[in-house]
Amino acid sequence: MTTYLLKRLTIALITLVLASMVVFAVLEIIPGDPARLMLGMNASADQVELLRNQMGLNAPVALRYLHWAGGLLSLDFGRSYTYSVPVIDLVRERIVVSLPLALIALALSTVIAIPVGLFSAGRHGRAGDTIAMGAAQLGVAVPNFWFALMLIYLFAVWLRLVPAGGFPGWSAGVWPALKSLVLPAIALALPQAAILARVTRSALIDVLNEDYIRTARAKGLPYRAVLWRHALRNAMIPVLTILGLQFAFLLAGTIIIENVFYLPGLGRLVFQAITQRDLIVVESVVMLLVAAVIAVNLLVDLSYAVVDPRLRSRQ
Amino acid sequence: MTLRFHIPEENFADILVKAFTNRSFLTGFVITALVAAVAIVSFFWTPFDVTRLIIADKTQAPSPAHWFGTDHFGRDIFSMIMVGARNSIAVALVAVGIGMGVGVPLGALAAARGGIVDEAVMRLNDLVFAFPALLSAIMITAIFGPGALNAIIAIGIFNIPVFARVARAGALAIWPREFILAARAAGKGKALITIEHVLPNIVTLLLVQGTIQFALGILAEAGLSYVGLGTQPPMPSWGRMLFDAQTRMVAAPWMAIFPGMAIVVTVLGLNLLGDGIADILDPKSRRQR
Repeated sequence: MTTYLLKRLTIALITLVLASMVVFAVLEIIPGDPARLMLGMNASADQVELLRNQMGLNAPVALRYLHWAGGLLSLDFGRSYTYSVPVIDLVRERIVVSLPLALIALALSTVIAIPVGLFSAGRHGRAGDTIAMGAAQLGVAVPNFWFALMLIYLFAVWLRLVPAGGFPGWSAGVWPALKSLVLPAIALALPQAAILARVTRSALIDVLNEDYIRTARAKGLPYRAVLWRHALRNAMIPVLTILGLQFAFLLAGTIIIENVFYLPGLGRLVFQAITQRDLIVVESVVMLLVAAVIAVNLLVDLSYAVVDPRLRSRQ
Repeated sequence: MTLRFHIPEENFADILVKAFTNRSFLTGFVITALVAAVAIVSFFWTPFDVTRLIIADKTQAPSPAHWFGTDHFGRDIFSMIMVGARNSIAVALVAVGIGMGVGVPLGALAAARGGIVDEAVMRLNDLVFAFPALLSAIMITAIFGPGALNAIIAIGIFNIPVFARVARAGALAIWPREFILAARAAGKGKALITIEHVLPNIVTLLLVQGTIQFALGILAEAGLSYVGLGTQPPMPSWGRMLFDAQTRMVAAPWMAIFPGMAIVVTVLGLNLLGDGIADILDPKSRRQR
C-alpha cells in the first residue's frame, strides 16, 4: 500500500515538475521583451535595461526557472502586464466561477451515467439497453458548445426559464448565481455522461460474466443486490479511470463553455489574455489547469486503492 | 518498410460477410463515405460560391434555393458545410497521422525494451496527458498566433500518448506468445520481430483507436475554431460557423443548427464505424475510451 502510494505520488510530482518546465520553456521562446512591453514603445534602452534587471530577466535561465517555480509554490504567479495586478488576484476572482461549474458538471454527469450504465447492463441486449446506448452513442457525438447553443435557444430564448448568459456573481445570492450555471453545467455534463454511461455498462457486463457473480446468484442473492454490491464495486476501476480523464476534458470544456455563456471564469480570462498578449496570465492559468489535471489523476490512482483491497495488501 | 497485414485465421470473404451483416459497421461506413464524398465533391462543385459575399441575401431562412439558409454575409450554409467537411477531415486526419506516426513507434519501443525505456516513455505520456488539447492549443497560439496549423499540432500532440498507450498495451500482450518465442529462437532481433510480428497483430487495435481519435479530432477542431484558435476565416469551418451563429441565434437559428448537425453526423458515423470494425475483426475486444 505505502509503496504504491509513494510511487504514484512520485510520478505525479515528476510530471508536475516536467510540465512546469514545458510551460516555462514556452514563456522563454515567445518573442518580445516583457520589460519593453510594460514600458511601451517610447521607453529608452536604459529604462528597459533597468526594468529587465529589476524583473530579474537578465539572470541565467536555470535561476529564473527556480525563481518562477518557487513563486508558483507560494501562489505568486507574477503581475499581469495589462491589468497591473498580481495574477493570483485575477485567478481568485475567476476560479469561483470555473471550479463550481466543473464540479457541478462532474457530479451531474456521474449521477446520470452510473444509473444509465446499471440499467443498460441489467438489460444487456434487450430493447431498453439498445435505446439507452443509442442515446449514449448520439451523446458522444454532440459537441458540448453546440449543445449549449441549442440549450440557450430552447430554455433561454424560447421558454425564458433561465438567463442566456452572464453571471451575477455570488454576491447576488446563491440561487441567482446557481441559476446562471445550470445551462452551462448541463451542456458540459451530458456529452460526458454519454461516454461514462458506455464505459460503466461495458465494465459491468465484463464483471457480470465472472464466476463470483454466478456464485452470488446461486446463493440466492437477488439480482439487484448482486448488481449493486458485487458488480458495481468491481466495475469501478475503469469507471474511475474515465472519471479522472474526464476531469481534464471538463476543465478544457469549461474554458469553451464559458465563452458560450459569457461567464467570467478562467476560460474568459485566458482568451482575453491571449488577445492582449498578456502572456504571464496565459501561462499561469495553463499551469494551474495542468496542476489540477495531475492532482485529479493522482486522486484517481489513490482511489483505486480504496476500491480495490488487493492493491492495499500488495507490498 | 512494408507491413504485412495478415489477419489471423480468417479469410477475406468471411470478414466481408461479417462486415455487411454488422449494423454498426454498415451505418458508420455509409455515413463516413458520404461525408468523405461531400468533402471531395466540394473541391469541384458547391451549389454556391463560398468566397462571394452577397449582402442582399444575408440571413435567409432555408428555402429551395438555399437548402440550409444563408449566413450574415449571404453565403450559402449548405455550400459552407461542404467546404467545412474538407477542412475538418484534413485537420483530424493529419492529427491522427501525427499521433500514430510518433505514438505507435514509442509504444512498440516501450513494450519491446521494457525497463527504463518503458518507464521513460510512460512518464512522457503522463506529461502530455496533463495538457488537454485545448491547453496545448492555447500555448501554441500564444507563441505563433492562431491558425489551422496550431489546431493540427495541438490535437496531434495530444494523440501521441493515446496511440503510445494502445500500441504498448497491445504489444505487451503479443510479446509472451509462442510465435514470438519461435522468432527469437530463430535469431531475429527485437526491432525485426516488432515490425514483422508484433505490429501486424495490433493493427486492428490501432485501426479502432484511429477511428475514435479521428472522431475526437473533428470535435476538437470544431471546438478550437469556435473559440478562434483554429481555422481562420474566410476558410469555412464548422466550429467557426457556430461562432458566427451564436450572436444571431434569435434571428437566424439555422446558422447554428445545420453546422452542428454536420459535426454530430460525422462523429456519429466515425464512432459507429469504429465500433463495427472492433466487432468484426475481434469480437472479444471491448473498446476502451
